[in-house]
Amino acid sequence: MSEINLANPEVAVREIRLGSITGFGGSAEELMQQSRCGLKDKGRSFSQCLGCSTAQAACMVTLIQDAAVISHGPVGCSSCLHEFAFTYRVNSPLRGIGTPTPRRIFSTNLAERDTIYGGAEKLAAAIREVYARTKANAIFVLTTCAAGIIGDDTESVCDEAEEELSIPVIAIFCEGFRSKVWTSGFDAGYHGIARKLIAPPRQRRTDIINVINFWGSDIFSEWFAPFGAKPNFITPYSTVESLKYASEAAATIQACQTLGSYLGAVLEKEFGVPEIKAAPPYGVAQTDHWFRTLGKLMGKEDEAEALIAEKKKEYLPGIAALREKLQGKTAYVTGGAAHGHALLSILGELGLTAIGASIFHHDPLYDNDAEDADALAASVKNYGDVPNFNVCNKQEFELVNTLSRLRPDVLLCRHGGMTLWGAKLGIPAQLIGDEHFGMGYEGIVRYGERILETLENDEFVKNLEKHAVNPYTKWWLSQDPLTFLEGHKSA
Amino acid sequence: MSGIIEQERYTCAIGALQTVVAIPRAVPILHSGPGCGNMIQGFFERSTGYAGGSTSPCTNFSEREVVFGGEDRLRENIRNTYRVLDTDLQVVLTGCTAGIVGDDVGAVCEEFRAEGKPLVAVETPGFQCNNFEAHSLVVNAIIDQYVALYEDENPARSEKNTVNLWASIPYQDPFWKGNLREYKRLIEGLGFRVHVLFGPDAAGVSEWQRIPRANFNILVSPWYGLPIAEHLKEKYGQPFTRFPSVPIGANETERFLRQALAFAGEHGAGFDTEQTENFLAREIGGYYEEIDNLATFLLEFRYGLPNHAHILHDAGYVVGLSKFLLHEVGIVPKEQFAVDGTPEAFQAEIRADLASASDKKTIPLYFEPDAGKAQDVIRGLSHSGRGIILGSGWDKELAKEKDFDFLSVSVPSPYRLTLTTNYVGFSGGLRVIEDIYDTVLATYR
Repeated sequence: MSEINLANPEVAVREIRLGSITGFGGSAEELMQQSRCGLKDKGRSFSQCLGCSTAQAACMVTLIQDAAVISHGPVGCSSCLHEFAFTYRVNSPLRGIGTPTPRRIFSTNLAERDTIYGGAEKLAAAIREVYARTKANAIFVLTTCAAGIIGDDTESVCDEAEEELSIPVIAIFCEGFRSKVWTSGFDAGYHGIARKLIAPPRQRRTDIINVINFWGSDIFSEWFAPFGAKPNFITPYSTVESLKYASEAAATIQACQTLGSYLGAVLEKEFGVPEIKAAPPYGVAQTDHWFRTLGKLMGKEDEAEALIAEKKKEYLPGIAALREKLQGKTAYVTGGAAHGHALLSILGELGLTAIGASIFHHDPLYDNDAEDADALAASVKNYGDVPNFNVCNKQEFELVNTLSRLRPDVLLCRHGGMTLWGAKLGIPAQLIGDEHFGMGYEGIVRYGERILETLENDEFVKNLEKHAVNPYTKWWLSQDPLTFLEGHKSA
Repeated sequence: MSGIIEQERYTCAIGALQTVVAIPRAVPILHSGPGCGNMIQGFFERSTGYAGGSTSPCTNFSEREVVFGGEDRLRENIRNTYRVLDTDLQVVLTGCTAGIVGDDVGAVCEEFRAEGKPLVAVETPGFQCNNFEAHSLVVNAIIDQYVALYEDENPARSEKNTVNLWASIPYQDPFWKGNLREYKRLIEGLGFRVHVLFGPDAAGVSEWQRIPRANFNILVSPWYGLPIAEHLKEKYGQPFTRFPSVPIGANETERFLRQALAFAGEHGAGFDTEQTENFLAREIGGYYEEIDNLATFLLEFRYGLPNHAHILHDAGYVVGLSKFLLHEVGIVPKEQFAVDGTPEAFQAEIRADLASASDKKTIPLYFEPDAGKAQDVIRGLSHSGRGIILGSGWDKELAKEKDFDFLSVSVPSPYRLTLTTNYVGFSGGLRVIEDIYDTVLATYR
């Protein structure tokens, strides 16, 4: 079980804290079983670009309405953050933000000289300048590989600045080289928020439920109404003030446990906010169970039953109709841990056969240590085993090889860049960015309709297939896809 | 030059991996932390090319490599790159981790070169410089470690009418593909043979091998890329001519082409003067036919058009667009911002170039890589009439705040797709006009 220590500036990365892995080949059930008895990671002797913690930490702090963000590193370590500025602006209507303010994103722009003499003074000056420029209600400082290796004392600089400026100045330790599981960056972001922003509860409120999520549509206001509660979204579109009193909520739920694992556990253990430990509501069985767990926690079990009955009456006929159309179709899933598992459940509910999956990492159990929260276990239990189940951190070469063998009817993706290879191989591929899109009974219908649409409109991918450029060698495409995974037969 | 930067408009040294991606069938191999490639991909967007983005091999430095060094891991990754990916040229680029740890990447790559592999190593730790500068590091490394292997078949300066062109930096200039195509068409129109080296109009590694054959180099740049031209001068004795701003529209394009012609003449190239004059006359004639046709709209449109502009771009575009807008569109360039981290040594020359745009008007020019600060300057300004901002995606929000028109012309920009559009040349000028007035007219509904 993971330890939580908010006195420590850093939270341990997933590999250490949860025993998370990024390399596995087998079936979903095998992975699940091994997860309960000492799962071991496997390296690769060939690897392609991953992604790192600093971007994930940035993703959780950049979208806080009234905060500023400083990347303490060379200018390249904040290069992709403009995408969050775009997201913030474009999705703001989904959260009722009429006039989204520009995101304030800075780099300390470390240069060679700083790697020799240290970058601490530069950071201290940067924090002052950023405050003068933005008057932000909080400033987050993200560390990078360079700042980490040269050994800048980022924590002390932030503490001193906090005292001087009288606003929270929060060091987040998210150097890329520390973890191959980039979701460690989420934990790092939340650790900083929990240490410096979240205040002890003044009261316990029954009308607020924390929702740890990205920036999807608000389905929760409607869902929580029967329980007499409203969602408190963490962290995109939150404010420094709304985060501060996340400690007073009646409960915490998660759209994706690999995102909120750590913060959910911290809110429960350190601030007394109970976490809904059931696997998230994807597929009918998990949705039933999730609403019941929520009802029990809120002391409103009758309301939960009424809601389940009402929604099932409305959506089950639609699900059945979709199942008839989709029955027997094959699908391949690629995505982050918990959300990829969620997609498998949706597929199972819709009658499609998952013939494989490539999931970016695997957490044996989450920070809450609850087996009931294991989305993969729930999916296997409810919809059966999945063969060709790989844990693979976006290693495109493995994906291309696997897809060209399995040739599913449809490819479902959750992270950018992966649909391309479905399309190049003429396999209809879809990416749904809104993580709330497939939730609940209505989500199954929405997802099913989209899959049908993707299957029906395959003209684009069929044309692309004829002209696609493929940089992979014939040799590679004729090898076992796990050739370069440690412990597999060597090429 | 290394103060804080808000809203970065360029990236760090390893961003020059895109220079490799732009060479047909070449692959960058990153010896860096796990996020570097992703950051660069996110910065440029839609920049994968043949084997960039998620396809690029990377050693993904972990704690272990930071402590014990990553040379073995690199060696293994290079070896397997040859088995997995079908490429003609491989360039290893290092990140901060490898740079600080001190891996001897050059020695590792030398092992593979000894086996005859076309493998180049270049140190690009992010703290060393930005991607404008690293572009030259990458190109010079390819010249020294790859092109140099083919010198016997490609004697220096053996083709009098062949030139190497060094202009738009791939991906950092969003119009690089179209620009290189247009430069090539124009320079070929004069009677040259041109190596553009990057993008769909380059012939791939065989064109790189022929670099020494060129009689001279043409450099279009306010400052970046200069080390490439200087290196080739030293290595192959090739002289170079530099045009300091991006030639957009008829005035500057003609001036640019005549400069190249004159330089070629001084260095023994032979041209059919009648043919070159006919070519220029046709290009210029076609251009002014459009401007003539458009002038009524520009002069008479009653419902409001922008009368002044602020540009946030690299110094070459700032000067090129300012000259073009003033003389060929009738939009007055007001305060301008070079956000490319222009080295101080070049600033006076760039100021003089911009000043040459007009003997009546002074155009204030700021060199400010901290674009957030540049925006604050614009926030504080007030000119009469309708304004337009030509900048990156970051500036869209500022334009809205100021109630200005906005045209996305620089990276990073999630608000515009650019495929093979060119802004240089005669046709490029016309395209800038189309883009500006499309944006303006789209506001009327």
